[in-house]
Amino acid sequence: MSVALSPPGFLAKNRLGKLGLDRGLQIAGVVIGILFLVVTMVLPLYAILSKSVENKDGDFVGWTNYLEYASNPSLLNSITNSFTIAIITTVIVISLALMTAYALTRTCMPFKGVVRVLVMGPIFAPSLLPAISLVYLFGNQGVLKSWLMGESVYGPIGIVISLAFWCFPHAVMIITTALSNTDARLYESARALRTSPIRTFFTVTLPSIKYGLISASFVVFTLVITDFGAPKVIGGQYNVLATDIYKQVIGQQNFQMGAVVSVILFLPAILAFTVDRWVQRKQVSLLTARAEPLVPKKNPLKDNVMLLLCLPVIITIIGVLGMAVYASLVTFWPYNLELSFNNYQFDLMDGGGWEAYYNSLEMGLYTALFGTAIIFTNAYLVEKVPGINGLRTLLHLGAMIPLAVPGLVLGLAYIFFFNSPSNPLNSLYGTLAILVICTIAHYYTVCHLTAVTALKQIDSEFEAVSASLKVPFYVTFWRVTLPVCLPALLDIFIYLYVNAMNTVSAVVFLYSSNTMLASVAVLNMDDAGDIAPAAAMGVLLMFTCIGIKLLHWGMSHLLLERTQRWRNRSAT
Amino acid sequence: MTFKKLFSGLLAAGAMTAATAAMAGTELTVYTAFEAEDLKRYAKEFNKQHPDIKINWVRDSTGIVTAKLLAEKENPQADVVWGLAATSLLVMKNEGMLSPYAPKGVEALSPKFRDNDATPSWIGLDAWIAGICFNTIEAEKHNLPKPTSWEDLTKPVYQGHIIMPNPNSSGTGFLDVASWLQMFGEEKGWDYMDQLHTNIARYTHSGSKPCKLAAAGEAPIGISFAYKGAKLKKKGAPLDVVFPKEGLGWDMEAAAIVKGTDDMAAAKKLMDFAASREANVMYNVGYAVVAIPGVAKPVQYYPENPEAMMIDNDFAWSAANRSAILKEWQGRYDSKSDPKN
Repeated sequence: MSVALSPPGFLAKNRLGKLGLDRGLQIAGVVIGILFLVVTMVLPLYAILSKSVENKDGDFVGWTNYLEYASNPSLLNSITNSFTIAIITTVIVISLALMTAYALTRTCMPFKGVVRVLVMGPIFAPSLLPAISLVYLFGNQGVLKSWLMGESVYGPIGIVISLAFWCFPHAVMIITTALSNTDARLYESARALRTSPIRTFFTVTLPSIKYGLISASFVVFTLVITDFGAPKVIGGQYNVLATDIYKQVIGQQNFQMGAVVSVILFLPAILAFTVDRWVQRKQVSLLTARAEPLVPKKNPLKDNVMLLLCLPVIITIIGVLGMAVYASLVTFWPYNLELSFNNYQFDLMDGGGWEAYYNSLEMGLYTALFGTAIIFTNAYLVEKVPGINGLRTLLHLGAMIPLAVPGLVLGLAYIFFFNSPSNPLNSLYGTLAILVICTIAHYYTVCHLTAVTALKQIDSEFEAVSASLKVPFYVTFWRVTLPVCLPALLDIFIYLYVNAMNTVSAVVFLYSSNTMLASVAVLNMDDAGDIAPAAAMGVLLMFTCIGIKLLHWGMSHLLLERTQRWRNRSAT
Repeated sequence: MTFKKLFSGLLAAGAMTAATAAMAGTELTVYTAFEAEDLKRYAKEFNKQHPDIKINWVRDSTGIVTAKLLAEKENPQADVVWGLAATSLLVMKNEGMLSPYAPKGVEALSPKFRDNDATPSWIGLDAWIAGICFNTIEAEKHNLPKPTSWEDLTKPVYQGHIIMPNPNSSGTGFLDVASWLQMFGEEKGWDYMDQLHTNIARYTHSGSKPCKLAAAGEAPIGISFAYKGAKLKKKGAPLDVVFPKEGLGWDMEAAAIVKGTDDMAAAKKLMDFAASREANVMYNVGYAVVAIPGVAKPVQYYPENPEAMMIDNDFAWSAANRSAILKEWQGRYDSKSDPKN
């Protein structure tokens, strides 16, 4: 369980003596971080998972529920289905995301700014929106139905396309971070040695982003296997584990069997953690204190070829999102194609109306503010504090759990845990605060991985030098680490904001009469079959998130100009 | 304001919350699966009689509301459930989560619209009746005759043209399955579903979706419920609502007081209202069959005498056999990994 980047033991010990207060603060920070995860994740999960070994009355029954599960062929079938979907989607997403991220970071591709905005498109909408859009594109009344050559979109095809679409920005985000922090000197050496570009790609580029690639793969894999929105809308008869939980919990109120399926969904996460640890040990820091930032050079052929390769991705994104916008404006698909804003009269429909939309805005802001602060601090403690390996591993382990937890399970877990009369925190139940906490916990892992990837690429020499100059660690954190990681921080902020706006599955159990959310409204409207208003609310959420993103760009531009100039040192 | 909202939960000590709730006595948290478009109208009617009691609705689909109520069992948040399937309230009653109360005028309700106990744990409000939504434009395209019976739906001509709710995730789906088993008998009922299954394009997770999908032409035929079909037809969807002649499965929208409410007096007032004649008139706007006999006026696009077409539904039997039925259904129809085309 050693952490590759920790300085040699004697150095750590040395510092411990000299900086007693520092040390105390660091340890306290790690402990608080662990406590946060225990309260928001581990205990609630225990509250629900213990149900998998209980009967309806709460008595311990051992493996009975699991045996019952195993005796049901249709439930077992879902395991194969889930894995098939997850593997296919991961392979598609990672290849496309690697290509796109490479084009964005390592070429001078024309229209790079536009492409950068567009590839993030899917993240701005709830996962239900691509699925809804696919219904309009390829459903029985779909405009492109013939493209499927008689295959039905309701089933594995629909699930894979919607989820690949929806997971794409997540993967691009992680791989881009990995690709942008690299040492140009490696490439200079490669050039000096006359290494061919392709060989350079395989011997320098790929190994340097291995960690990011593997993280991205597991993020996508688990996102796919735990998402229930897309399979619910477009899965047809193709049963997957996440929809089985839905059927058990919502359809039959069988919490025990729902818990059993949840436990099975945890297995991929445990695998993810093991592989993550294993790879991390081999990761070498590339951004040393002497690193030269890599600035892509113009190469018209390469740049244009990359643009051409990215084109299908871009067209798909525009097509799917554009269709959703169009569908939301059509008065009555497919019989009255007149355009109107009828579907946007939310106060007349299911789902809480405009009030829900304002609640979402507010919830998103709090989630992004508090979430970024908490997650980044914890990631810093995991990465940069010397020694106390056990505690730090525990914190890192805790940070990996949320990714594996399907939203539905998390939401139910929060009811059982926070609504228990014996829980001192039970007055949180029914407030906006619990929605914020739940959302931070739900989206913790990807932010944590982004922060870790960014932090990992800063040489620990910075800390070592500061320490030897007797600069307290928090000053280094504030003056060096934070500014260097600012791009990642801003990414995390915006990631949390848009996910908070679009999250459905966990909060569906937690909203109360005055904290209804817009994303839940999308789910409810689609569930009731009001597909066009659902698309309309989804589109509204998407444009809101894009607006916020643009605002964030405008504001952060100045900030980045000032703090990130070092990255462009060789260019100026 | 916003910060206050966020941290009000943290700041408000348990004792304080209890105190304010007891003092004010003017807000009721009501869990419901009523159609969203009805909520404001219902609350307004109630407030005409009780302007001092504010209803805070928590609305969701039947499955989610039921799951939420059961998950909150240890510390119930709802004061009253007003507008949830009777089958769900039966489950809650068995879990000891309801507080029995006989609302004023309960004796006026038709016997099948109330819990049989001397002091009923729940009362029925209106009936939720099965119905088939038939898209006339799509039917013409595919040359499909209009079905008139459940039996008709098994004809080969309808292959791949029918959508129905999955009973494992939808109350309406279960209501259909339970009614077929009661009408045709168990053996014939399963035979019927075997044949029907070959015609089903896909099963949805919600009961109103098949009708909405039929209205949008995704499939010509959606097995759903009358309320939705009538509403959509009124809005101009190219639908005919078909009521199969063998008989119609149904469930009730029902109401009950949740045990542990902070404000029993207000909860009782709401129950009194829910059982009242005024309320029954109010339900009748969308539902053709309501709890008090003789109140209902015909509703457009419903059959003339819907009550006569409703089967003699044995809710106790459905509740007792629910898991077994669902398991059998799942084994027969849900294990196929691909939809039949």
